[in-house]
Amino acid sequence: MKVIQISIFLENTGGRIAEATSILADAGINIRAMSLADTTDFGVLRLIVSDVDKAEKALKDQGFAVGKTNVVAVQVEDKPGGLNRILQVLAKAEINVEYIYAFLRDSDQAIMIFRFDNTDNALKILQENKIKVFKGEDIYAM
Amino acid sequence: MIYNIDFETLPREAITAIQLKRLKATLENVYATVPFYKDMFRKARLTPHDIRSLDDLQKIPFTTKQDLRDNYPYGMFAVPMANVVRIHASSGTTGSPTVVGYTARDINTWAELMARALSAGGAHRGDIIHNAYGYGLFTGGLGVHYGAEKLGASVIPVSGGNTKRQIVIMKDFGPTILTATPSYSLHLAEVAKDMGISFKDLKFKFGIFGAEPWSESMRDELEETLNITAVDIYGLSEVMGPGVAIECHEAKNGLHIFEDHFIPEIINPETGEVLPYGETGELVFTSITKEAFPIIRYRTRDITSLHPEPCICGRTHIRMKRVSGRSDDMLIIRGVNVFPSQIESVLMKTDKIEPHYQLVVDRVDNLDTLTVKVEVSESLFSDEIKLLQTLEAKLSSDIKEYLGVSAKVKLVEPKSIARSEGKAVRVIDNRKI
Ligand SMILES: [Zn+2]
Repeated sequence: MKVIQISIFLENTGGRIAEATSILADAGINIRAMSLADTTDFGVLRLIVSDVDKAEKALKDQGFAVGKTNVVAVQVEDKPGGLNRILQVLAKAEINVEYIYAFLRDSDQAIMIFRFDNTDNALKILQENKIKVFKGEDIYAM
Repeated sequence: MIYNIDFETLPREAITAIQLKRLKATLENVYATVPFYKDMFRKARLTPHDIRSLDDLQKIPFTTKQDLRDNYPYGMFAVPMANVVRIHASSGTTGSPTVVGYTARDINTWAELMARALSAGGAHRGDIIHNAYGYGLFTGGLGVHYGAEKLGASVIPVSGGNTKRQIVIMKDFGPTILTATPSYSLHLAEVAKDMGISFKDLKFKFGIFGAEPWSESMRDELEETLNITAVDIYGLSEVMGPGVAIECHEAKNGLHIFEDHFIPEIINPETGEVLPYGETGELVFTSITKEAFPIIRYRTRDITSLHPEPCICGRTHIRMKRVSGRSDDMLIIRGVNVFPSQIESVLMKTDKIEPHYQLVVDRVDNLDTLTVKVEVSESLFSDEIKLLQTLEAKLSSDIKEYLGVSAKVKLVEPKSIARSEGKAVRVIDNRKI
């Protein structure tokens, strides 16, 4: 039930994000979700893509430092308090959330990407609380 | 004023006669007391008796910084520890720093030479000396201090740092001589300006600047900004400390080396061949009066030239040009010696790092800044910002701990550091000095 996220290190140069996305486009890879975390010095671009291995290779070939991390794609009820309910469940179980970002998708359901410090524990708690989690293959193909 | 008129104005023939006599005694002594030197003579198939003229000195092999490290801490000492009254150590080294010792007589000699140096730089008995060189293992602070007392000046042992308080002291205590690194002196002037105090209203007449390389254009800036006459002082702990050589304020054209205590040579740093007067090369020193830590043909790595022509000040001791560079890759940052290889070993300690790094040195508001760029490798990379920030902070504090110099660590993308023939360009020095 885990999704593999690709992340790349960027020095804070605006143009580098565009370079990374065009490398992926040239390799025929679709970006399903994207989030940039940055400081005054550097940034980390996190990506969910249609083909993880191909994307990793294409980016490495172009000299990027590439990391792979397990994240979890969680369905969030598209109504007020939907995300809050999930966060409370996790907080109660003392599951630490490193970061969250939205999955880009035009449909009636909202999907959020969660990065936990202990992914297996988090998955167990989410499933116990009947919160829907997507399979990697489904997410890559969406 | 010439502090020791007898020795500082000796005819050249008398200087060389004294040098030869003292050199022979020094060589006899180190051969008998320091195993390193005995070995060195043996390997060169020499004994001290083979050195019959000053030219024979060239037969003796060189001593290097590595030799001193190999004999850490006391292996190069020529007297029992019971006779050592002071220990100093070189700044900013990983692993083994170089440790030097002084007997009571050495301390007295050093004070005498520093008194000569302060005199040549314009100081007299009755002057108040604001001594902003660091006190501690570094020889700068205490070297100036003892010389100032020997001269009969009043010394304010303010040391480095706490700049605002220093400005208040300068204003209230009325010092007439400033001893500090040139970059810190310009920083003092800026802070003073921010506090609404102009050096034109202070009592300073002379500034004696050293412990880092500086230039003629910096002299103009120092003299203009601080409203003083600025002279250059030279020294290194391995040879003694500050006071090995000093510019006279009359000529401000090269630093007189106290030749009754040291023999300077200039060599080709590639071949080791001794070069004639006037030619530029690496400065090599032999001490001829030191007891605890005599040093024979020590390669300073400083690039300069020697000039024996008479000087308008009346001193007959040879002059060395202002040091124009290094024959190795050492950087001097805020008075601390930094080698790129030391930064490399700190980075290697954080086991994941491939040593693709670059040192960028700048001078911002007259203070040297060091940025260490480190390429993010695969294994080092994390998707979590805070881990990357923690890594930067850890490397920065490791550098501070091992080298004693503050550095900003900046993570950069793989392959982003310029390479020349496949080798990363290790140092970019943007300081205009
Ligand atoms: Zn002179």
